[in-house]
Amino acid sequence: MLYFSRTKILLIFLAIFFALLFAFPNIFSESHLKNFPSFLPKQKVNLGLDLQGGSHLLLEVDTNEIIKERIENLSFDLRRLLKKNDIGLSNLKIDNESIIFFSSQVTSSLVKEIEDLSISNSQSIMQISGRTNLIVQNNNNEFIISFNEEFIKQSVTSAVNQSLEIVRRRIDELGTREPSIQKQGSSRIIIQLPGLDEPERIKSLLGKTAKLTFQLVDQTASYDPNYPKKVPIGSEILESDQNPKVKYVVKKRIMVGGENLVDAQPGFDTQTNEPIVTFRFDRIGAKKFGKVTQGNIGKPFAIVLDNKVITAPVIRDAILGGSGQISGGFNAEEANDLAILLRAGALPAPLIILEERSVGPDLGADSISAGKYAAIIGFIAVIIFMIVIYRFFGFFADIALIINLIMVLGILSLLQATLTLPGIAGIILTIGMAVDANVLIFERIKEEIRNGSSMISSVENGYKRALSTILDANITTLIAATILFFMASGPVRGFSITLTIGIFTSVFTAFTFTRFLISLYVRKLKPSNVGLPDEV
Amino acid sequence: MKFNLNNTKIPFMSARIGAFIFSVFLVVISFGLFFYSGLNFGIDFKGGTLIEIETEEQVDLGEIRTALSSLSLGDVQVQEFGSSNNILIRVEQQLGGDSVQQNAVEVVKTSLNESLHTTVNYRRTEVVGPKVSGELIKSGVIAIVVAVFAMLIYIWFRFEWQFSLGAVLALIHDVILTIGVFCFTQLEFNLPIIAAILAIVGYSMNDTVVVYDRVRENLRKHRSKPIDDLLNLSINETLSRTIITSITTLLALVSLYIFGGSVIKGFTFAMIWGVIVGTYSSIFVAAPLLKYLDVKREWSTTSAVDSTK
Repeated sequence: MLYFSRTKILLIFLAIFFALLFAFPNIFSESHLKNFPSFLPKQKVNLGLDLQGGSHLLLEVDTNEIIKERIENLSFDLRRLLKKNDIGLSNLKIDNESIIFFSSQVTSSLVKEIEDLSISNSQSIMQISGRTNLIVQNNNNEFIISFNEEFIKQSVTSAVNQSLEIVRRRIDELGTREPSIQKQGSSRIIIQLPGLDEPERIKSLLGKTAKLTFQLVDQTASYDPNYPKKVPIGSEILESDQNPKVKYVVKKRIMVGGENLVDAQPGFDTQTNEPIVTFRFDRIGAKKFGKVTQGNIGKPFAIVLDNKVITAPVIRDAILGGSGQISGGFNAEEANDLAILLRAGALPAPLIILEERSVGPDLGADSISAGKYAAIIGFIAVIIFMIVIYRFFGFFADIALIINLIMVLGILSLLQATLTLPGIAGIILTIGMAVDANVLIFERIKEEIRNGSSMISSVENGYKRALSTILDANITTLIAATILFFMASGPVRGFSITLTIGIFTSVFTAFTFTRFLISLYVRKLKPSNVGLPDEV
Repeated sequence: MKFNLNNTKIPFMSARIGAFIFSVFLVVISFGLFFYSGLNFGIDFKGGTLIEIETEEQVDLGEIRTALSSLSLGDVQVQEFGSSNNILIRVEQQLGGDSVQQNAVEVVKTSLNESLHTTVNYRRTEVVGPKVSGELIKSGVIAIVVAVFAMLIYIWFRFEWQFSLGAVLALIHDVILTIGVFCFTQLEFNLPIIAAILAIVGYSMNDTVVVYDRVRENLRKHRSKPIDDLLNLSINETLSRTIITSITTLLALVSLYIFGGSVIKGFTFAMIWGVIVGTYSSIFVAAPLLKYLDVKREWSTTSAVDSTK
């Protein structure tokens, strides 16, 4: 165990050299690194959001809403179909993602027609043509209609993917630095925004579905606070975006929708100098918009965003050019955000923020400096303790400890693994535990000497005997770290990463570098005793 | 330093009954505390909102309390955090599911900006909804159970089932005592504490394995030695290593506890406690347990698990 071939020595020093090479960019600033020759590694340790400051948001697509909306759309078609077949609609109701109605006049051919409804209803998302997406149950003339599992799954998947795209567009529009937007599981989206400590604006942008519709105001009725639910059939009551107390009675029929928009830009009204949003429709949208405005001159036209009326101007002229403007008493930032939302498109379903973790840059910097400070002091304490206990051998272990830390830093930089505050704790724990391998070895050597072996064979056997113990002992910690890696997310995961790296580097250095130093010492200097004090 | 850790002949085995009673007592107390006062769950597991602020000038906590209590957000806790200008505000989980949790943040921030006559710097905002907190509890518990189970399997493979059972009993002892100390101190129990418990599981096992390794070696070496003497010898032979490694680990951890900042304090406290308990349990619980688990005496010196090869 004391003999090292030249190749082995070369490999040990090569490993240490590479660790140094990859660790060293960390002591330079970005601007210095730019001037380094291109063959040198320049990657620094990748700091987690808890250290560099930033926001972590976990969003969920409200999938219930998607199914609810689809069921609602289906119910419109179903009503029409049943009406055509002279079947009473009075008992038709929507209950918990299914439609229920009673009738004794439903023939099997009508059932077939109902099943066909789903196909026309959902062409856009279903690739499988000619197959029904519905389950029609008949319990003694009580009909329960619901979507099948496969359809629900596909609706959700497509809605989530679409949401991901729209979230990405909205965040990109704001120009934040290096955002990371990822899908997690079946219906969740993780957003990491480094450097953004107060994500209020992004949260409010993501909190809006941004479903824009143009609907006519129902002038035959007016809102009566004593009967807040009384509305003509085909109309609905919507509140004003600026003042929830102001209500509008608006016709349900959507004349033009946001999906026909091709552009939206913030601007200022040339006359009033008020911030506005100008928009432009595509060909179909322009045609619809032209037709509506032409036919309803003198009537108020409500512009509705997420079921709230932004404004309801009176149509003065037919607008045939396909473009217009919205003025809703915004300030410049609100106009800008609305334009962003309209450009990025509407979300297929609302997003819910399940979790937010935002750290300001100050706290991150404080954590880094506290972590550094704690690491340095812990390090010095361990170094002194080892020398006191093991004298010369302790000194070897200390050199190994330094190399160990450099290797952890080098590997972190090389892998671009994220260093978090718990990650720093993992490194500090490694400082304490890294010497364990050497402690085990040194204690073995002392025992061998006590048993009367010669020095060289004591060192030799010390290493040999300690090996399996060291492996067994470190594998247990490794198992715990691995489980943590898979179960945890975010900063805590960083702890398992540094702990794992630390385990590998400490075992590696104990069995290569420290052993090499000690073998040199014992063979070349031939000390009369090993210098391991028996008294502790 | 005059005490000698080498060639010690401390009769650990005669202390075993006392140690067992002590351990059982602590475990019972831990259970009692768990059911009586329970854990003080942080927002990771309970859900809710946590906001850490730093104010330019010192602010009266009562002033903040009054301002926030009028918002009808339920239970709101306001406390100093680290220094007098750093304040931690905790708002309990709002009724109404995941979609309403963000309102609390908005309302609190608006209220603070209006009522405090000094610049407020928002250092940290954490909001955990009911869905995520439920999942975090579940995955935390699973992680610990899986870790303990993985240790059981690993030791079983490397040694034999008696060792594996003894080690895992000691491990469960450590986990229970760690949870117990958190019930007792009412320190916040959050996600990093789960990480600490897993690290404790690894560390305690590490300690136990070193002692067990020596037991196995001595079982081969001294075939006719009474088991009590053999276990005693093994504990004493590994004692200096056990203590020295615990000291270096504690040196690093205490440094982290004192200098590492407020955010990581709970985590470090758990680790320090775990190292002490883990060291104790390897010596006084795991090793003496082997006496009752009827370890095999006929180890072949050439078996596959030979540790002296």
